[in-house]
This record gives sequence, structure tokens and C-alpha cells, in this order.
Amino acid sequence: MSATAAMVERPPPRARGWPRRRIIGYALVCLWVAFGLGIVSYLFLAWNAAFFAKYAPAYLQGLGVTLSLVAISMVLGAVLSMPVAYGRMSRNRILSGLAYCYVYFFRGTPLLVQTFLVYYGLGSFRPQLQMVGLWDFFKDAFNCGVFAFALNTAAYQAEILRGAIESVPKGQWEGAASLGLHKLQTLRKIILPQALIVALRPYGNELILMVKASAIVAIITVYDLMGNAKLAFANSFDIQAYIWVALVYLVMVELLRHAIEWIERRITIHLKR
Amino acid sequence: MPAQSIWTLLSWGPDGWLDDIAYGVIVTVLLALATLPIGLTIGFFVALGKQSEEPSLRLAANIYTTVFRGLPELVTLFLFFFGMPILLQHLIRYFRPEATIDVNSFFAGMIVLALIFSSYASEVFLSAFRAIPKGQYEGGYSIGLSKWQTMRKVILPQLLRIAFPGLENCWLSLLKDTSLVSVVGLAETLRNAGVAARVTKHSFLFYSLAALVFLGLAVVSSFATGAILRSLGKREAQR
Amino acid sequence: MRIALRIALAASAALLTLGVAQAQEKTLRIGTEGAYPPFNNLTSDGQLVGFDIDIAKALCDEMKVKCTFVAQDWDGIIPALQAGKFDAIVASMSITPERKEKVDFTHKYYNTPSALAVPKDSTLKGVTKEDLAGKTVGVATTTTHFNYATKTFTDSTVKGYPSSPEEQADLANGRLDAIEDDIVVLQQWLDSPDGACCKILGQPSPQPVEIFGPGAGIAVRKGETDLVNKLNAAIDAIRANGKYKEINDKYFKFDVFGAES
Repeated sequence: MSATAAMVERPPPRARGWPRRRIIGYALVCLWVAFGLGIVSYLFLAWNAAFFAKYAPAYLQGLGVTLSLVAISMVLGAVLSMPVAYGRMSRNRILSGLAYCYVYFFRGTPLLVQTFLVYYGLGSFRPQLQMVGLWDFFKDAFNCGVFAFALNTAAYQAEILRGAIESVPKGQWEGAASLGLHKLQTLRKIILPQALIVALRPYGNELILMVKASAIVAIITVYDLMGNAKLAFANSFDIQAYIWVALVYLVMVELLRHAIEWIERRITIHLKR
Repeated sequence: MPAQSIWTLLSWGPDGWLDDIAYGVIVTVLLALATLPIGLTIGFFVALGKQSEEPSLRLAANIYTTVFRGLPELVTLFLFFFGMPILLQHLIRYFRPEATIDVNSFFAGMIVLALIFSSYASEVFLSAFRAIPKGQYEGGYSIGLSKWQTMRKVILPQLLRIAFPGLENCWLSLLKDTSLVSVVGLAETLRNAGVAARVTKHSFLFYSLAALVFLGLAVVSSFATGAILRSLGKREAQR
Repeated sequence: MRIALRIALAASAALLTLGVAQAQEKTLRIGTEGAYPPFNNLTSDGQLVGFDIDIAKALCDEMKVKCTFVAQDWDGIIPALQAGKFDAIVASMSITPERKEKVDFTHKYYNTPSALAVPKDSTLKGVTKEDLAGKTVGVATTTTHFNYATKTFTDSTVKGYPSSPEEQADLANGRLDAIEDDIVVLQQWLDSPDGACCKILGQPSPQPVEIFGPGAGIAVRKGETDLVNKLNAAIDAIRANGKYKEINDKYFKFDVFGAES
């Protein structure tokens, strides 16, 4: 992305009058404005104080569930991604094969299937899970969601981490070795700081994807933001249940996106001239 | 109901569920294939809008990607599946009060997946556009090609080649996202596996099967895209 | 954009004509769930079976119309009716005041009470709010049972499920302390090998009619009085000519119709 910023060219002089693309452009913008106004006026006309009073607290609570689900899964996924990334970069055939299979499985199958597999699939292995004392964990739908999400994001994060570490030139390792640093020190003090700058944007994208994907847990009885919207719609058959939730997700994702861009600008200041 | 063996459950025919799941796989593949051309077309035009000199076009295209990349796929799907019929119904009632509109889940799924696919594909197209040097356009104009001809004969072939790896990722996401349409009742792979799991109570078996199906589709796609890439490369070399 | 718009327009026009054509052909499209045995269920060859289906077929014979069936998830079944995916819902839908705001109903075609099931080793004694305080109760969402549970068991965690089999599976594997559902549905499950874990705890009492309604009716789009009248006449006819009893006895040992209204 920063490469494209480097080759910014002087903008061509602006066309005057009404060329065709401007007409199309204005028409499309008008369409969006009309669409937005339509939604606003619909929400205004369908304004239902009872609906709001009944479901707004539930939405807020659901938002809390969504955020904690995403936060916990992201952190667990980050921890889990380290050994996977290590495996992917390892020269050991078995280790790298295993890590490859792990990543391929979790990236190759839909998260919805993985979530069902954990929640309903593991649910049918209750006696075995009870024997090893894991059932108390899988009993809870929220935990099942976290489990599936953490495994899933670990696969993606491992690839991000690997890509970032491999993006650091080999000379950095050699230079550190010649200074007498051992491998772990090199990784921590030299490689990771450089790699994380590269990884920031993909990590940010992964976070946004997780926020969006978290809506899936509504299907396994977790009352997250989406779960509460489904409930509100089921009880009222009022489409504004989904419009409100769409607005909340949109705002959340936009805030995250801008925050990530801001952080990226801050930490790459030293790279700009 | 006697306890059935796993092999009966996975058999073909009235007692087994394999035929239902195979049917689901066909629906999954059809849905993804039907979405692809629509998504690619919209994505291409959105990318064109994004790199246009006209600010209003850029704005319209940016709103498009912001909205459809910002909304969770599931929310977009529910909004369309439940909202669109109501909207269309209101519009149509003005002309034909007795008409009913049947927005089936395949169609709703196709539209929603195309919207999502195109918003991601437009980013891929956009960076591919940026990778094509200006000289290519100028060369096209200088030999007397019109704007549209230059686009079609000079830019598009290069664009597709540059965008291919990115589009491959979009295709894999699309394949996985088709599973979401099961939630609004389209009888695709996951949905049929879910029905089987519900009726037979063998959840793990059938959801694993669904996972394997998607894995298999991903493997087949990567072979296919590999073959396409090779043939693209060959044509490149022949010149 | 324009191409896409044109495709979308063409496709919606095609779908529209489809809808009109079907309306002229005099087939009645019936929506049902397919996850509520013994009332409606899907078999491994994709067939819909059950009490609701047999009743609907009998009604169609009586009205001399051709019927086709559509399986639709429960929580989207009323929106799908409104959207014209089918013309009537025969899916054990209780006649409630909230639903009456959205759709029109026929008379009831059966009425069975709500009940709670628990694991056999459960220590639960009763089905009141106090008995269930602090417990987790599973119910299929958008049902009368769900409305009752959320209104009554305010000290418990009420979890909503997309359909009955999921809530049954979670009771069997211990994720839930109790489930609430139609007693016939519960009994059918308890009699199967999968339901061996559990037992009926009891029926909530009283079962207020403003929540549970007078029974299950057939829902049609608002204002289609003609269809409602025809269906009502057909229900009365199959009650009178013994067809209803024949279907009833195929599935149940007692009369599910309940008190004559």
C-alpha cells in the first residue's frame, strides 16, 4: 500500500462541463444519498419507542458479548499462531507438514462449518469429553464460539506472522549473528519490530474480519449483537431490527479501520522522508 | 428407529444421506459459479469508478466498498432476504396489486454474495490498474484505438493476469461464503448436512463431511486455477 | 454497474412473471418447517412427512386443489409467507395475537399443551418460575413456548434454538437443565433411542390463552379471507367425514384436536 503512495502523480486538470462520467457519478451519488435518506426516513417513520426501549439494552449487552468474543479469540489466536508459524517455517518435514495441514484446513473450510463442528459435533461426544474433564468448557456456547474462532484466526494469523518475518531480509539475521546475538534475541530485538510494522495492516484486516464473522455465533445460541437482532426480528417481524444492527456493525468496522490507519501512520513516521 | 450404521447413513438412496449432500454440493458450486461473473463485472466497474478522475464517481464507488466490506455477510444476507421482498412488494403493488414476488434463497444469496465478492474484487482490480503503466494507455491511443478498445484489447488482458492471484483468493472466500446462505434455507451442502445431522443426531459425522466437501472444493479450485495460470503463462511465452 | 442493474432487472422480471404464472395455475403452495416431528419432518430422501403434511394433503383433496410443499426455517416462515414464497403455512403454528397482526388464521386444527422435559436424573421438582430459578432452559425461538418461557422464567437463562431437534440434543448432552416444547413433540422424542436420557417434568399451569392461543391454525397472508373460508370449510369437512380421525390415529393414541370450540 505504501508503495502506491510513493508513485502519486500530479492530478490531471479537472474536466469542465458535464462529461458522461460526471453525469453517471452524480447519478450514483444521488442514488446512495436517496438510499441513505430512505433508510433514515424509514427509521424515523417506523420509530417505535416501545421497540427501542425493549431492545436497545439487549443490543448494548450483545455488543459487549461480541466485543469480548472477538477480543478473547484474537488474543488466544495470536498465542496459538506462534507455534503454528514456527512450524510453517521449520525445516523439519513433519512439523511443517502438520502446520501446513492445520492452516489449510482452517482456511479452506467455512468458519460456519467449523463453529457447527465444535458446537453440535463435539456436543455428541459428551461422555468422552467428560472423561477428560473438558465438558464443562464445551458446555457453554460462548466458549465453543471462542474455541472455534481462536483456532480459525490462529491459522490466518500464523500466515500473517510468517509472511511478516520472511519479509525481513536475511541480512538482518546474519548481521545480528555476527554481533553475537543468539537466535531468540535476534528474533525479539531485531526481526519482530521490523516484521510487526509489515504485519500491522494484515492484523488489522484480520481483526475487522473477526468482528464481522462473529455474527455467526448467533446461530449457536449466543446472544451477541446479531443474536439479539435475530431475536428482535423474530418477535417483531420488523426489518428495523436488522437495519439497526447493520448500522452498529458498520460504525464499528469504520472506527476500527480508521484507528488502524492512524496507528500505521504513527509507527511508520520514521520510514517517511 | 433402529440404530443405523455409519455406512447406511452415508449410502446413496432413500436410507442414506449421501445423495442429499451431493445435491447440496451441486447447489453450492452452481451458486458460486453463478455469482462469479456478476461479481467480477460489478467489481471491475467499481474499480474503474475508484480510479476515475471524477470525484463523484470515486465517492460513489468508495461508499459501495465501505458498505459491503463493513457489513457482516450474515447481516447483509438477512437484510436482503427479509427486506428486499418487502421493498419490492411495496413497489409492485402499485402496478399489480395481486402479484406476489418470489425472491428465492438462491437468488437472494446470489445477489448478496455478488455484492460482497465485488467489493473485495474491486480492491484487487484497483491495485492491478495501478500496476499497469500509463504508457500502455498512451500506446493504445497512439495507434488509433478508442478508449473502449484500448481498455478491452490492451489493458484488460494484462489486468486479468495481474489480478489473477488476488481474484483467486476472492473466489476461495466466495466458495466459503456460500455456506452462509444455508442460514436462510438454501439447500446447499451445509444445509443438507445440517438436516442430516438433525434427523440422525450424528452431528459430528455430517458436519465433518461438510468440512471435507469444502476442503475438496478448495483443492479442486487450486488445481483449476493452477491450470489456468499455466495456460496464461504459456500464451505469454508464445508471443 | 449498468450491466449488473440490467441483469438484476431481467432476473427480477423473470421471477415476477414466475410468481404471477404460479398464481394463475391454481396450485396452493404450502410452507412448513420440517424439523418438528411428529407434526412435520424431513426424511433422508428429502420428503416432508408428518401430521401437518397429511392434514394439509387431506385439506387440499377436500378443496380439490393441487398442493405443493415448501420447507422453510421456522424463524423466517412468516416473512416468507408475506413475501409470497408460499400461500399458506401448515406448520403447527399457534394462533396468537402477535401473529394475527401479521397474518390471518383459520380455526385451530389441533391443540396440545406445552410441557417441560428434563434429564432423568434431574433434581428439578416443578415447572414454576421458582423451581427453575438459576437454571438454563432451551426453547425453539419464535414459538409460543419461547414467549411463555421468556415471560415466566425471568430468573433463568432462556436459550433460543432454531428448531426443536437442536434443543433436544443440547438437553441430552447436558448443556441445558430443561427444555420447553409441545408435549407431543417431546413425547415422540422421549420414545426414541435419543430421548432415553430424559423425561417429562410437567406442564406449566395455567397455560394462558393470550400466550399459547387456542391451538394451531393455518396462516395465510392478511386479507385473503376467501382462502381462510375455504380452508375452514375443509377443516370442518375432514373432521366430519372421519378423514381427520384416520390421520390422527396414524400418529397419536389420543385426539389432538382438543376441546370443540
